[in-house]
Amino acid sequence: MNFHLKVWRQKDTNAPGTLEEYEAENIPAGASFLEMLDIVNAGLTRKNIEPIQFDSDCREGICGTCSLTINGIPHGKGRGTTCQLYMRKFQDGETITIEPFRADAFPVQRDLVTNRSAFDRVIQAGGYISERTGSAPDANSVPISKVIADQAMDAAACIGCGACAAACPNGSAMLFVSAKVTHLGLLPQGKPEKNRRVLSMVRQMDEEGFGNCSNYYACEAVCPAGVPAAFIGRMNREFTAASVKEMLGMSV
Amino acid sequence: MITSPSASARTGPCPGWLWLNSSIGKKTVVAVTGIALVAFVIGHLLGNFTIFLGPDAINAYGAKLQSLGPLLWVIRLALLGILVAHIYFTMKLWQENNAARPQKYLASNPVGTTVFARTMRLSGLIVLAFVIFHLAHFTVRVVDTSYATMHTMLDGHEVHDVYKMVVTGFSSGPVVFIYIIGLFLLTFHLSHGLSSLFQTFGITNRRIRQNYETAGRVLAWALYVGYISIPVSIYFFGLGKGVLQ
Ligand code: HEM
Ligand code: SF4
Ligand code: FES
Repeated sequence: MNFHLKVWRQKDTNAPGTLEEYEAENIPAGASFLEMLDIVNAGLTRKNIEPIQFDSDCREGICGTCSLTINGIPHGKGRGTTCQLYMRKFQDGETITIEPFRADAFPVQRDLVTNRSAFDRVIQAGGYISERTGSAPDANSVPISKVIADQAMDAAACIGCGACAAACPNGSAMLFVSAKVTHLGLLPQGKPEKNRRVLSMVRQMDEEGFGNCSNYYACEAVCPAGVPAAFIGRMNREFTAASVKEMLGMSV
Repeated sequence: MITSPSASARTGPCPGWLWLNSSIGKKTVVAVTGIALVAFVIGHLLGNFTIFLGPDAINAYGAKLQSLGPLLWVIRLALLGILVAHIYFTMKLWQENNAARPQKYLASNPVGTTVFARTMRLSGLIVLAFVIFHLAHFTVRVVDTSYATMHTMLDGHEVHDVYKMVVTGFSSGPVVFIYIIGLFLLTFHLSHGLSSLFQTFGITNRRIRQNYETAGRVLAWALYVGYISIPVSIYFFGLGKGVLQ
């Protein structure tokens, strides 16, 4: 298959960037989007052109490292990560525009590579359980209802890729933060810290310069893990409830 | 450990202030003031419907409101305060959201969102212009100053002839046009506003969200039909033509 690519090239964070045009020729229909870029890069290297820089790691849809906004949609059309997007989903001869994830809190480092460590700092603010909760076999000794376990699992599916913030017209990271807050706050191991967790994580999220949710639901539409936006509603409620406890002088 | 000083050892900014300045706090203020404005919009419509019961009904309703005296002013100032807070916080959110996403995609592709959601600021500001026009028209009565001199007798007292004023007002094509457009923009605003309230408060879950959205849209359009029924009845169906002779 052949494609006409328009790719965002930018030397470093402060340099201005532009869209450059490249041809992707003889691409197997079974190639993933990243493999397609590997083939293009091999061609560029042969011509002594600096290859296109992009992020990837596992290439099996579980690590959340790959990014790319493809034709205006983070991770491209359809559910799943960029590494799990196959070229057979595109039309032969199609023009494909590739831009980095855009959000003020995700500065572009080079070409399509963005610095998403703002998410790491949000996790450091409270996306964990402080006490040791035992090893894997101990998990079975804590009874958890199926409904709660399923819901926590749906939230835990978040791979921290940042597509939600990149898709949001407000650059809001609330889907990501709500997934973490819901996942940990629902389970007995994470419950004791749920109030202070939601307060710290939301405050760190605001600090990082992510925007405010306007209930657009673009996040939910692009999330490769299918995290539902109803978790944002849950987080709103928990944050306000924890704030009220704090206002009343209760320990959180 | 996720640090949080015990309540007695807490220092620093007041927790209420922290909440009000947080992303979620601001959006909750918008939703609370929004719901108060919607309550007013519903109440106002029910009051306006008295026009269909004839001149005496709406004139009595108008006289009753006027007789509240100072209480009427308390209600007016409270509504003004709520509206100002709504606009102040939405404009603050707007500014922050623009800063959070300074660079737009060149290949823009708005997925998941609706046109109602994406035009909240525009529809809101047009609604503001409409509200100002509406107050100038029927409350301050500066659009047509003759409204102020319309009086009639009701139960032996002289009262302001609200019925004649409204019928006169809606006999003008351009005025009816402004109301139909202004109210349409309000419906646009409420189509997203009403369906997003419960998400903002967090009274939601995956299954119920769809129902809230449908109910919100239905209510927004029902309010539209209710409101425009008055100018439409007067302008197109001759309601109250008799009083103009
Ligand atoms: C007059 C000028 C107005 C402006 C400039 C304005 C602006 C806005 C904006 C920008 C939002 C979206 C906030 C966000 O989530 O980012 C909003 C939400 C809302 N507005 Fe307004 N608005 C106005 C008047 C009104 C009126 C008259 C009503 C009711 C009758 C109303 C009801 C609502 C509701 C219910 C919401 C939804 C709150 C939520 O997201 O949970 N607004 N407004
Ligand atoms: S919520 Fe979805 S889109 Fe956002 S970081 Fe997690 S997996 Fe990615
Ligand atoms: S590279 Fe790991 S999810 Fe795509």
